[in-house]
Amino acid sequence: MAPQLAITLVFFYWPAGQALYQSMLRQDPFGLRTKFVWFANFRKVLADPAYLNSIQVTVVFSLATAIVAMGVALLLAVMAEKAVRGKGLYRTLLIWPYAVAPAIAGMLWLFLFNPSIGSLAYLLRSLGIAWDPLLNGTHAMILLVSAAAWKQISYNFLFFVAGLQAVPKTLIEAAAMDGAGETKRFWTIVFPLLAPTTFFLLVVNTVYALFDTFGIVHAVTGGGPGKATETLVYKVYNDGFVNLILGDSAAQSVILMAIVIALTAIQFRYVERKVHYG
Amino acid sequence: MATVDLKEVKKVYPSGVEAVKGVSIAIPDKELCVLVGPSGCGKSTLLRMIAGLETISAGTVAIDGKVVNAIGPTERDIAMVFQNYALYPHMKVYDNMAYGLRNRGTPKDEIDSRVRSTAKVLELSALLDRRPRELSGGQRQRVAMGRAIVRNPKVFLFDEPLSNLDAKLRGQMRVEIKNLQRALGVTSVYVTHDQLEAMTLADILVVMNAGLVEQTGAPLDIYEKPASIFVASFIGAPPMNLLALTGSSSGPILADGTAIGFAPPETPAVTLGFRPEDADVTFNAEALPGALVLPATVEAVEPVGAESFLHCAAAGSRIIVRVSGRATAKPGDQLRVVAKAEKLHWFDQAGKRVD
Repeated sequence: MAPQLAITLVFFYWPAGQALYQSMLRQDPFGLRTKFVWFANFRKVLADPAYLNSIQVTVVFSLATAIVAMGVALLLAVMAEKAVRGKGLYRTLLIWPYAVAPAIAGMLWLFLFNPSIGSLAYLLRSLGIAWDPLLNGTHAMILLVSAAAWKQISYNFLFFVAGLQAVPKTLIEAAAMDGAGETKRFWTIVFPLLAPTTFFLLVVNTVYALFDTFGIVHAVTGGGPGKATETLVYKVYNDGFVNLILGDSAAQSVILMAIVIALTAIQFRYVERKVHYG
Repeated sequence: MATVDLKEVKKVYPSGVEAVKGVSIAIPDKELCVLVGPSGCGKSTLLRMIAGLETISAGTVAIDGKVVNAIGPTERDIAMVFQNYALYPHMKVYDNMAYGLRNRGTPKDEIDSRVRSTAKVLELSALLDRRPRELSGGQRQRVAMGRAIVRNPKVFLFDEPLSNLDAKLRGQMRVEIKNLQRALGVTSVYVTHDQLEAMTLADILVVMNAGLVEQTGAPLDIYEKPASIFVASFIGAPPMNLLALTGSSSGPILADGTAIGFAPPETPAVTLGFRPEDADVTFNAEALPGALVLPATVEAVEPVGAESFLHCAAAGSRIIVRVSGRATAKPGDQLRVVAKAEKLHWFDQAGKRVD
């Protein structure tokens, strides 16, 4: 048997099978009694208002993160393209945040915007904004999205810079001679030609925001205040390892697994067939 | 509809490279001016400066008498056909052609009628719903032309528009461009490195070399009276035969000692030249007064069909002679190359023409 297959079996299929099995069990917190309940855990989870709230939080968080991360990255990439001097330095500096671990990035933002000790929180308050991510759910979400997006901007920036460089310069010159101003050129020529890059990044960023942001959520808000920033991934952890409702937690992770499979299918179907021009 | 006037135009890149070193050209209304020269002579840079895609380091570019140095390409009302066509790949042919009109706020029905009538002229009507990647090279070229024509600009610029086409299509498009330009009467500037294209298309031919204009004039005038050795060897295919001269007590002789046989021009010349079609070959040994006679050995014969080119070794150089029809000479034949005195071109030390 090929070693990679063995690794996949031990580290992927076995835990996945365990999760599937667990999701159909009901267990007391001490693990003394276990009962096989078929799909009761799924029915319970899907009827739970807290879980539905978590879905909503996740959708808002993922979309906001993807849009902010891509929008800012595109803006920076366009500006980097226009830079006459120091292009290399500018790019290098913008790529660095990608090397920062999610939890560290979260802590950074937490300290900067902590209502009692954060320097930027102080600045916001002095501007007359009642900034309080510890009590205000919307503020907590804004902080979380900022931290998660900040982390992802570097990656998107890199792809957008490459994408912009692939747009032939003569097309932009032709458009200029056709009477299109700079803004118009961007939206009618450059942006449509970036579509393959943008679509690829949309999938990558959504997957990142959905599954890769546990560290940031854990460090910045811990899902709070209340359940205002409790994403699906964070709720799996919370229900399983904090509240010790293992059956529910397992059912949730099986649902997540289904989402991952669906997203991967979409990615293979559309991203692999990138639109090619020429 | 517009004149184009360049006055002492210069382009110096930030690296210090001087691509264009002071060029003045006046293009009258409705005429087609061809800029020709080897790669790196600054012809494309000059065209891009007229287009507004490059800044002008010194001098002025005026369109219709108005200096446009400070005006961007968007406002110059110029259309350009690019070497790689630069069609918008995500737009259909129709939208490619309509793009410039839309940007200028032309009413929708006028855009439609103009695009359709231009498409008809260029035989593109059946292709309007296709995207550029679904077109052949020749069709893309037509769309690029259509995109320029439909806007009815003051000036057309062509940047080597035919160099990506095969030889046959190139010949067709050349005629078509010339006819269209005449029919539309739009002042045009055309850049090429192909001297055949330059000769056949130009009303005014500008031969450039190393950032400077070598000669400006009607194509045939330039062909018949090249102002310098550079022009003489660049215009015409095969190029002009050039032979070095040295001084002697009896006046200039060829470098290998062959006498010229008649009086050279009064101004001292160091190079003489003649075109391949201005010479003939003879196997006879009779005296030919008033002609340059060179004993030669045939090295190769190139039959082209209507004519043949004889590559000969004579007077220490390679020379080419054009003979019509089938050549009787064979490689290895000893013969004499004869060029009439009035068909000779003389050049001085600096490579300039001497008469």
